[in-house]
This record gives sequence, structure tokens and C-alpha cells, in this order.
Amino acid sequence: MNERSWAGLALALPALLVVVTFFVAPLLMSAVLAFRGKDGGLTLMHFEKAIEFYSTDLLFSGAIVLVSTAAIGAIAVAIAGYLTLGENPRTVAILRWLYRWPLFIPFIVTAQVMRTFLAKNGMLNHVLTGVGLLDPLQAQSLLDWRGIVVAFVWKQAPFVTLLVAGAMAAVDRQHIEAARNLGASRWRVLFEIVLPQSRRTLMVGLVLSFVTMLSVLSVPLMINPNSPTMLTVDIAYRINSHGDYAVANALCLMSLALASLGAWFYLREAARKADGA
Amino acid sequence: MTATLRPRWPDAIARTVVVLLLAFVIFGPLANLVLWAFAERWYFPNKLPQEFGLAFWKRVFDPRGNAVASLGTSVAIASLTVAVTLAVAIPAGYALARLRMPGRILVLLVFLLPQAVPNLPVYVNIARVFYELGLNGTVLGVVLVHTAHGLVLAVWIASAAFAAVDVSLEEAARNLGASPWRCWTTVTLPLALPGLIASAIFVFLDSLDEFTGTYFVGVPDVTTLPLLMFNASMGGNYQIASITALLLLVPSILFMLLVERFLKADVLAMIGR
Repeated sequence: MNERSWAGLALALPALLVVVTFFVAPLLMSAVLAFRGKDGGLTLMHFEKAIEFYSTDLLFSGAIVLVSTAAIGAIAVAIAGYLTLGENPRTVAILRWLYRWPLFIPFIVTAQVMRTFLAKNGMLNHVLTGVGLLDPLQAQSLLDWRGIVVAFVWKQAPFVTLLVAGAMAAVDRQHIEAARNLGASRWRVLFEIVLPQSRRTLMVGLVLSFVTMLSVLSVPLMINPNSPTMLTVDIAYRINSHGDYAVANALCLMSLALASLGAWFYLREAARKADGA
Repeated sequence: MTATLRPRWPDAIARTVVVLLLAFVIFGPLANLVLWAFAERWYFPNKLPQEFGLAFWKRVFDPRGNAVASLGTSVAIASLTVAVTLAVAIPAGYALARLRMPGRILVLLVFLLPQAVPNLPVYVNIARVFYELGLNGTVLGVVLVHTAHGLVLAVWIASAAFAAVDVSLEEAARNLGASPWRCWTTVTLPLALPGLIASAIFVFLDSLDEFTGTYFVGVPDVTTLPLLMFNASMGGNYQIASITALLLLVPSILFMLLVERFLKADVLAMIGR
């Protein structure tokens, strides 16, 4: 190693230290505390307790995040696909302007917005009854698992759409034109040409969303704080009401395990791709 | 195939319906928020507020009220976070873009990690350590947490901004006799500036909007706008919550509309958290 390369590391060092101290170290601490008993020895007690109390919520979290991720993927592909293959320039322009509004709206604001919109007395029910699609007596609050899914999809779909639309725009137009000239429908072009070539970007966007949704506290806390709810709410509850960091960290590790499941799918995909190339 | 043979008008109607539905899905919730922000009285089952007014706005902007104090706290924390973050992110971004370094892959991995891992375990344990150090409930504690979160994005954007600067311009300056420092301050830095400004704005917004970290580390003394909004909403005061949410929305939407002036889509793809 010459001097210059050490200079590079020296310049990066302060930033590296911040991330290691305030991110990596607490993460490792979480793993240690989850397995450490009162006497300091190794124990699975906290996990037993976590599973006894919160196994429903573990499943609930996994299901909500999976459903949301699937919906985000479908919406992102639909919108990005139309932006790439749409033949009506005005619709494409309107759509491009429209879809990205929630992009930078924070989760906490999304939660508050949905708390009013999806409530029994919210605008959604008023509009549905107004146009005759819903009997006023049957109007119900959507502030349960459905509200969480709607909030997640509303906030994350534009992000994934942005990524996928970028990747789709990079697909060689000649492939698309050739397939269209040979008589392929737009659906076929989307699923057999455009989507396969932007699949990796879609996966990255979905994995990032999956992980993000697993650690968002504000949305489940504000939309559906009562059981069954998401693990994030349980973690906050263990700490704020019981000061119980051990079980909280066991729950943290369980959500990390869920997240790494997502990351594993992504890495396997990336590895297979690297193998084939 | 068959689609092109059919008359075009069903297509046009379908398109219009889908676009209108999407517009309702996106703007409906925002419109509901605006209604609540200006509602003086709104009781079930009225479809619209019975009375509009600005009474709650007066309460929010009362100089002695919590909201103005929270706004001040939020802006102060966000500004400090930007200063600390950029001070460490600019050298790191430059090094990653331009210099060779031992263990480069590992360094990149460390900067990728916070994106790929749920943040909640981190906040929980930082709060525990900060509590023992007496940093809980202090502005410094919150700034440190926000810095760790914003830093990752800032390093990526800064690195992309430096990588985009044409090396031959720097070489030309050096050949004309400029010192390395002079070359850096008069060529490299000005050319990378738009990207760096974008990363500063992003870190600022990220800090302004941050909830979870502040919720664990800031309690009980540091109340930022998101925490104020949360408390108002959980306390059933939808007007105050909605007004605060609107205050938080404005910078986010402005940034969404302006971001492409600063950043190309490929850099944008790296952010958005």
C-alpha cells in the first residue's frame, strides 16, 4: 500500500467511524442482549417469551409486509410499464406528473393522512357512499391491517415506480419496436422484453421497501396499535412500558431475520445473474 | 392485435377512468388532510366540516405555543445534522470516488448496510447507551442519531457528484501550475457543488421528518415537529396534527418538484428513503 491509498482511507475514516459507532455497534449489541440472561450467561429465554407473547404479531408483520411488497411491485410495473410503452403522450405526461407526489412524504405524515382518509368518517367512505358504491350503514373504518397496507403502498409504490421506470427507459427501444412490428401486443412486450431487462432494479426496489416497511414504527403505531399489530409496535411497547430491552432485542432479531429473508432472495438473484453472465 | 381493430373510444374512456382513480388515490388523502387543517368543527356524520376557520392555526403559530418551539427545535437539529454530516461525508465521498483505498469493498459495504437493515434495533440500543451517557433527551443525542442515518445517503450522493467531475479539467488546472488545494477549491468543489447541495437538502429533510430515532432518543425533552404531530394525533387533536403534517409536507413536496434540477434519475435511484 502506498501513501496515497492510505490517504483515501484517512479521508473516509471519520464517516466510517460514525456509521460503525452509531449503526454497526448498536446492531451487534442487539444480538448480544437478545441472548444474554440475567446472570450474563447464554439463554434463549427472551426468545421463548417473545414467541409466547408475540408469535401472532410476527406472522402478522410478515404477512402485511409481503402483501404490501406484492402490491407495490404490481403497481410499480403497471405504471412504469405504461410510462415506457404507453401510446398516448398526454396520458403518459399526466401519469409521470401524478404518480410521484408521495415520494418524499415522510411515513409519519402518511400515517396521519391515512388516519383521517380511511377512518369511518373519512373522505374515502364519503366518496364511496356519494357515488353509490357503498351503503352508508355499511361504512366501516379501514384502520386495521388494511390501513397499514394502504399507507405502505401509497408511500413506497412511487419510489419503486421511479426506479423501475428509470430501468425500463434504459431498455433498447429497437427491441421494443421490433417486437411491436412483429405483432406482439403491449402486454407481451412488457412481460417478455421490458420487464425481464429491468427485473434486477425491481428486485432492489422491492427489497429496500420490504426492509424499510419492517422497521417503520409510526404507521402501525398510528393506524393499528392494538393486537394483532406489527413487531415494531411490540418493541416500542416492551421498552416504554416495561424497560424490557432483552425481549425487545429478541423481537428486533426476529424482524432482522424477516428482513434477511428478503435480502437473501435478492442476493440469490444477484448471484445467479453473476453466474450466468 | 385485436385492440387496434376495435374503435378507439373505449380505450380513451378506460384511460381517463384509470387516471382519475389514481388522482383520487393520491390527492384524496392529501385533500382530507387539508380539510382537517382548516376545520373548526367536524363531527360525524357530516361529510364536510361544519365550520371552517383559522383558530387552530392561531394556536399553532402562537409564539408561546409548543408548535413554534418544536419548529425551532426541528430546524436547529436539522441544520446541525447537515453541518456534521457534510463535514464527514464530503471527504469520504471524494475518497470513494477518486482515491484508491485498502479494503474499499468493505468500506462500501459498511455504507450500504444501513439501507439493507431495519433501523429500529439500532435506535433501541442507541437509546439504551445514550441513556447511560446522559445523552437521551438532548439535542446532541438526536443530532448524532440523525447524522448516522443521513450520512449514508450523503456519502453516496457526494461520491456520485465527485465521480461526475471531469478529471481532465483537474489535470489542466494542475498542468497550469495550480496547487492541489487550489485545484480542489477552484475546480473540483465548484463542479461538484450542485450534487453536494442536493445531499445537504436531502439530509436536512431526512432529519426534519425523522420520527423513530427521535421517539426513542429525544424523549422526554426534545420535541421535534414529527413528535408534536404524533402526540397531537394520538391525543385526538386532528386539527393540530393536520396543520403540523402540512408544515412537514410543504418541504417534502417542494423537494419532489425540484429534485430533478439537482439530481439525475440514476443518482435519485440511490435515495428516497
